[in-house]
Amino acid sequence: MPQVTLTVNGQTHTAEVEGRTLLVELLRETLRLTGTHVGCDTSQCGACVVHINGESVKSCTTLAVMANGANVTTIEGLAKPDGTLHPMQEAFREYHALQCGFCTPGMVMSAIDLVQKNPQGLTEQQIREGLEGNLCRCTGYHNIVKAIAAAADVMHGKRSEIARAAE
Amino acid sequence: MNVVTPFEGIGASVRRKEDFRFLQGRGAYTDDFNRQGQLHAWILRSPHAHARIKAVDTKAAAAMPGVVAVFTGADMARDNIGGLPCGWQIHNKDGSPMAEPPHPVLAIDKVRHVGDPVAVAIAATREQARDAAEAILVDYDVLPAAATMDAALKPGAAPIHDGVAGNLCYDWHIGDKAVVDAAFASAAKVVSLDLVNNRLIPNAMEPRAALGEFDRTTGDYTLTTTSQNPHVIRLLMGANVLHIPESKLRVVAPDVGGGFGSKIYHYAEEAIVTWSAGKLARPVKWTADRSESFMSDAHGRDHVSHAELALDAEGKILGLRVSTLANMGAYLSTFAPCVPTYLYATLLAGVYTTPVIYCEVKAVFTNTVPVDAYRGAGRPEATFLLERLMDVAAQETGIDRVDLRRRNFIPTDAFPYQTPVALQYDSGNYHATLDEALKTSDWAGFEARRAESAKRGKLRGIGISTYLEACGIAPSAVVGSLGARAGLYEVGTIRVHPTGSVTVLTGAHSHGQGHETTFAQLVADKLGVPTAQVDIVHGDTAKVPFGMGTYGSRSLAVGGSAMMKAMDKIIAKGKRIAAHLMEASVDDIEFDRGTFRVAGTDKTKALVDISVAAYVPHNYPIEELEPGLEETAFYDPKNFTYPGGCHIAEVEIDPETGKVSMVNFTAVDDVGRVINPMIVEGQVQGGIAQGIGQALLETCVYDASGQLLSGSMMDYTMPRADDLAPVSVATHTTLCTHNPLGVKGCGEVGAIGSPPAVINAVVDALRDYGVRTLDMPATPAKIWQIINGGRRMAAE
Repeated sequence: MPQVTLTVNGQTHTAEVEGRTLLVELLRETLRLTGTHVGCDTSQCGACVVHINGESVKSCTTLAVMANGANVTTIEGLAKPDGTLHPMQEAFREYHALQCGFCTPGMVMSAIDLVQKNPQGLTEQQIREGLEGNLCRCTGYHNIVKAIAAAADVMHGKRSEIARAAE
Repeated sequence: MNVVTPFEGIGASVRRKEDFRFLQGRGAYTDDFNRQGQLHAWILRSPHAHARIKAVDTKAAAAMPGVVAVFTGADMARDNIGGLPCGWQIHNKDGSPMAEPPHPVLAIDKVRHVGDPVAVAIAATREQARDAAEAILVDYDVLPAAATMDAALKPGAAPIHDGVAGNLCYDWHIGDKAVVDAAFASAAKVVSLDLVNNRLIPNAMEPRAALGEFDRTTGDYTLTTTSQNPHVIRLLMGANVLHIPESKLRVVAPDVGGGFGSKIYHYAEEAIVTWSAGKLARPVKWTADRSESFMSDAHGRDHVSHAELALDAEGKILGLRVSTLANMGAYLSTFAPCVPTYLYATLLAGVYTTPVIYCEVKAVFTNTVPVDAYRGAGRPEATFLLERLMDVAAQETGIDRVDLRRRNFIPTDAFPYQTPVALQYDSGNYHATLDEALKTSDWAGFEARRAESAKRGKLRGIGISTYLEACGIAPSAVVGSLGARAGLYEVGTIRVHPTGSVTVLTGAHSHGQGHETTFAQLVADKLGVPTAQVDIVHGDTAKVPFGMGTYGSRSLAVGGSAMMKAMDKIIAKGKRIAAHLMEASVDDIEFDRGTFRVAGTDKTKALVDISVAAYVPHNYPIEELEPGLEETAFYDPKNFTYPGGCHIAEVEIDPETGKVSMVNFTAVDDVGRVINPMIVEGQVQGGIAQGIGQALLETCVYDASGQLLSGSMMDYTMPRADDLAPVSVATHTTLCTHNPLGVKGCGEVGAIGSPPAVINAVVDALRDYGVRTLDMPATPAKIWQIINGGRRMAAE
């Protein structure tokens, strides 16, 4: 069986996999990183999105062997070791951008990549279009869009914190 | 030091406690669990909609690498495994019970829909199990399939079940037909409409999964499953299917990734993994892939109706007559029979003073996936029918559609209001929600916006829906008299620990609703304990005394009420302890948010003083009071709750493509008292997204042979972020009068009120094209054909 070596959330792992093993299976079954989810079998829902070398990728459509030598970040690797949440995670909580939480890891990973690729900022419509590869059945997306806009401002230094005004 | 504690009680938008784990990948969903020695199951499913099974050959599969067992329906029959039970019995017009054919866990002799489970392969890895399942040889004798209700009801149609004449499950009615016919005979105007309520596939983002375990030491079984109601699964599976006593069966529903109804029901896979785990004495896990979800999760809606409305010359409704065909699919799912009857026909008064109503419903077996409750369950079908009918009535009487609704509203001072279809509404104010929605949506300014769109070559339309629903399900005696085989109370335990933190055990189950936060707010509000010190435990039959679960927007109205009753008991006991500690009479003790006080004095004890005394009863009224501070309450609601409100949709259609864009959506809902406004807004937004999905995008499609054509997320159109626009969500509260919180429920209103608002808006946008009605979903293809095939009645 082929062997893959990859770095996940800063830690290097070597594993033997079948040729058909998907990256998401390696993450979930072998490395027990169950934060990355599988919501479909046609690469449509985006619950499985992780970052490979900083780019958002659907790990259900990536063979484990394709990630050989890569640097992978999953939802488990976003918060700082002291527990401080990434601004995108903070924004999702502040804006109630998640309900059941199942699409959330992929949604957050996609959103971070979307914001990073658009330092000039994003309109609401651009955010909506940028989420084309991620499905959420609970929220209706509205709060997700708001959260991403708020996180983008913080990630690009336009404002210092996520907190919303008190209601 | 002056410490300011943020208010966390009723009415505060407390950020969710559960989000920390979900946002860091620490949620624990069923497929995330892996046990020592675990095996994996793969279900072989029927590729045919209707076929006789001549033979199943499992020899080659059993010899495949890693395979531990291959089981068929015959193996289960040898163990006397029962069929999947139905939890609701409907009676026919003549009083006889509905047809209730067996629903085998694994098919025996026949398969009845594409996806019907035939056999299970169990192996060391999921891939090995899948490979083995593909090596099982099944010899089918393919039979003619009925993919639609029309086909199933056609004389001479192939019977789907032995002994079910004409593929008819039941022929039910409500109301006095003669009286209604008389009302129609005296009417100045009769409006009629044919409607299809399109079949939907729920598609919670987490596919269903189940993990069975058997403890050889104790003989205990544990099922971890994606369920909205673990106690119900334990009851149904233990008593009806596997014959395991409750004391030997634990059902755990951990974090569950959305349900929308589809995870209420007891499914075959739950029984398969639990039974297999016992037979093999090893844990067995099954996780659906999305294709399996499409062909095995219960579908929703699927009604075909003919509706007639009788009006007098002033536009007052005199009567309503409805005839509905409801698709049950191939088997009766757990609650299927009640959806098109007691959750549908009883809602046909809506917000109107319709004096007489008659509705007959024929439920039909077809060779399709079973149909059961999906977000709203029956009430969206009733609302769509009524609110489309009101718009057509407005058009055909020439009365303004808002005015027509107002003329027929149940007056604000008429509550409690008895409808002619069994329900008695306790409270509501339909004028108030309508007024606010008209204002927020700038209804009055719409024609200017329509003109502006027209300048850009676009067709703009606005649509309204004034709806009502019944939830907070449900008074046990009432539903029992209507055919329910269960009570629908809820259970809450409040455990005040010695040092003052609180654990709440609830029979409700959270799969996205934010119970861990909302329920903690109830405790913060009533007992004065900060939400950080309140933990909500749900979803485990070994921890929670009992419960009926979460559906029908019942968690707060019923489950929350149980907690309030349990907290009343805590306070009553606490007062007796406080009276002892402060040497006062119990009658003189007052309690307010965590403090017991001797009335009129400055003598106080904090809740923690009482809990310490209760668990360390050195100075304690031990002769008259047991130690400890834990109370349980079962709460059986006195009535359904009746949320209602007004939804207004504004759409713009591109005539070149037929594509409908949502421009504005305004919802003003009366959901009773609001505990957490942020969560309520999120629930309503999510419900509206599903309602817009039904109206514009989603539909389940079978071909004539019963093959599921919309069987993947590439074929079934789930709403995406760019299909939707911002929605304005507001609440206008009238309190529920019969539960201690005054709450009504917010989980389903979005999906109930919105579809007719959207279709009314689309029809309004197409008014120049002579469109009287339009079936959902209003896809670009459908609209393009109307625009290009229809007459342009205006200008030209």
